[in-house]
Amino acid sequence: MSVAVPSPAAAIAAPRGKRSRRIAGLPAPLVAGLGLLALFLLLALSADLIAPYDPIFQDAAARLAPPSFAHPFGTDNFGRDILSRAIFAVRIDLQLAILGVVFPFAIGTVVGTIAGYFGGLVDTVFMRIVDVVLAFPFLVLMLAIITILGPGLQSFFIAMALVGWVSYARLVRAQILVLKTSDFAVAARSLGFSHPRIMFRHLLPNALTASIVFAMSDCVLVLLSGAAISYLGLGVQPPAAEWGIMVAEGQGFIARAWWISAFPGLAIVALAFAFSLVADGLGELLGQRT
Amino acid sequence: MHRYRFVLQRPLQLIPVLFGISLITFVLVRSIPGDPARLILGTRATPQALAAVRAQFGLDEPLWTQYLYFLRNLFQGEMGRSILYKVDVLGLVAARIEPTLVLVFGAVLLSLLIAVPLAALSARRQGTLVDSSVRFFSTAGLGLPNFWLAIMLIILFSVALGWFPVSGYGRTLTDKLHHMVLPWLTVALSLSAVLTRSLRASLIAEMRSDVALAARARGIPEGAIFRRHVLPNSILPTLNLLAVNIGWLIGGTVVVEQVFAIPGMGQLLVRAIFSRDYMVVQGVAMVFAIATVLVNFLADILTVTVDPRVKL
Repeated sequence: MSVAVPSPAAAIAAPRGKRSRRIAGLPAPLVAGLGLLALFLLLALSADLIAPYDPIFQDAAARLAPPSFAHPFGTDNFGRDILSRAIFAVRIDLQLAILGVVFPFAIGTVVGTIAGYFGGLVDTVFMRIVDVVLAFPFLVLMLAIITILGPGLQSFFIAMALVGWVSYARLVRAQILVLKTSDFAVAARSLGFSHPRIMFRHLLPNALTASIVFAMSDCVLVLLSGAAISYLGLGVQPPAAEWGIMVAEGQGFIARAWWISAFPGLAIVALAFAFSLVADGLGELLGQRT
Repeated sequence: MHRYRFVLQRPLQLIPVLFGISLITFVLVRSIPGDPARLILGTRATPQALAAVRAQFGLDEPLWTQYLYFLRNLFQGEMGRSILYKVDVLGLVAARIEPTLVLVFGAVLLSLLIAVPLAALSARRQGTLVDSSVRFFSTAGLGLPNFWLAIMLIILFSVALGWFPVSGYGRTLTDKLHHMVLPWLTVALSLSAVLTRSLRASLIAEMRSDVALAARARGIPEGAIFRRHVLPNSILPTLNLLAVNIGWLIGGTVVVEQVFAIPGMGQLLVRAIFSRDYMVVQGVAMVFAIATVLVNFLADILTVTVDPRVKL
């Protein structure tokens, strides 16, 4: 019986009522989501080729220009092209969402496996830590840690790793607890395999499915948190092109130039939507209800 | 009445969590680079004065003794002094609670007003265009960055239409409510996306339950089954989901208060971070954490009270 709170990402990945349509044998949301993600990846890789302008080039003659053929998303107060900045920002925001999940995933998985496998004191200690970390509102704890580390992308990833692992640890531990009593685990033990071998070669691969689905919906939360922290001025630092910063930069011009904030925000919505679709589709495909 | 025994037991289980919260905040504040005594006295303080301040605050004692001091102070309602505002942190936090509470409660209420009808509509018309669009918008809604949504609402309703103020909190009651409409809407739109998805799923599960089947067999019209059996049974999971999401909701208010310049605890936190006012960061983080734990405790009590099947 635990006191603390499950992660909000678990709540976001709500179970669905019905099977969705299939494309090539895969759930339609998965295909659509992966397609969108591939598009973003392409933008990130070929930003130099696709973006019409240099993301930090300041065109003094075209300050606060509304959307037009020359500048489809308009320009900001320095005359920088919003479309080009939004395209280059894919690099940072995609990295934010993915690396921000990879570290917690890795740490949480290892901790959860060890805690679940050995049980006893190790388990109790780790799970109490999980309870306490989950008692803090996620963003508040992130901000408190970033206060100490100083603003920046690196601090964001460290804070993410320190806070985010708990959900994965809890998820994997629950799976391991069930798996370790199964026949194949008992067989592996009776063959005299070492603990690490049983844990990581036999149990963990079977326990990963749920956390992988969870990780996809976690990408949405991490992206939103990373963008929000950058918006607050504590994440990615200007003049880097990042969607959260771009929204913040446009806030001073809402009366004259709505496009500065509007388009980068839409980009966040689109990328988050892609991750949500993949999470939904993957959950359906693997029969997981995170 | 042993079902309610946990009302007495659960607070005891909360004690280790509360200790953990105090330990984490203590460790966080102690991890800050720099000498607190120098922070208080400034750069030109003499070594004697620094030593005196260290002795006064117990900074020359071992770390675990310092933690005990910290705990003792907490029990006396002493959270330290703000470096920026030169007042006690507790008083500072207390003065900021009202706007945050108004924001959270209003937003939760509004999100229920949005989510319940949408989810009901979607569940009743499963597989139709209505259902697909609700599902589309609730999935897209999960990815709405609240700071961006806030600015878009300001551009539409404040700048273009002039209906609501751009920012601030106001003085009189009506003025405050007028200022809070857009912040409420911002938080509620994101929250209702989460709620709609979950409520729709539990409604559909309830519609397939034995209860609904039995009612259908008795010839009760589908609408009445939905109102009397399906909907009430789905409310509890939704309220629990709200409690689970309280931490996320608090994070949202921190950002939204910043966008709308609402003088609540979130704004206090962000300002404290920028001015390196560590005692305030610590105090606000603890209050938020304790609030999260309490809300979940209340949700547990509510669950046991409402649902006779649940024993905790």
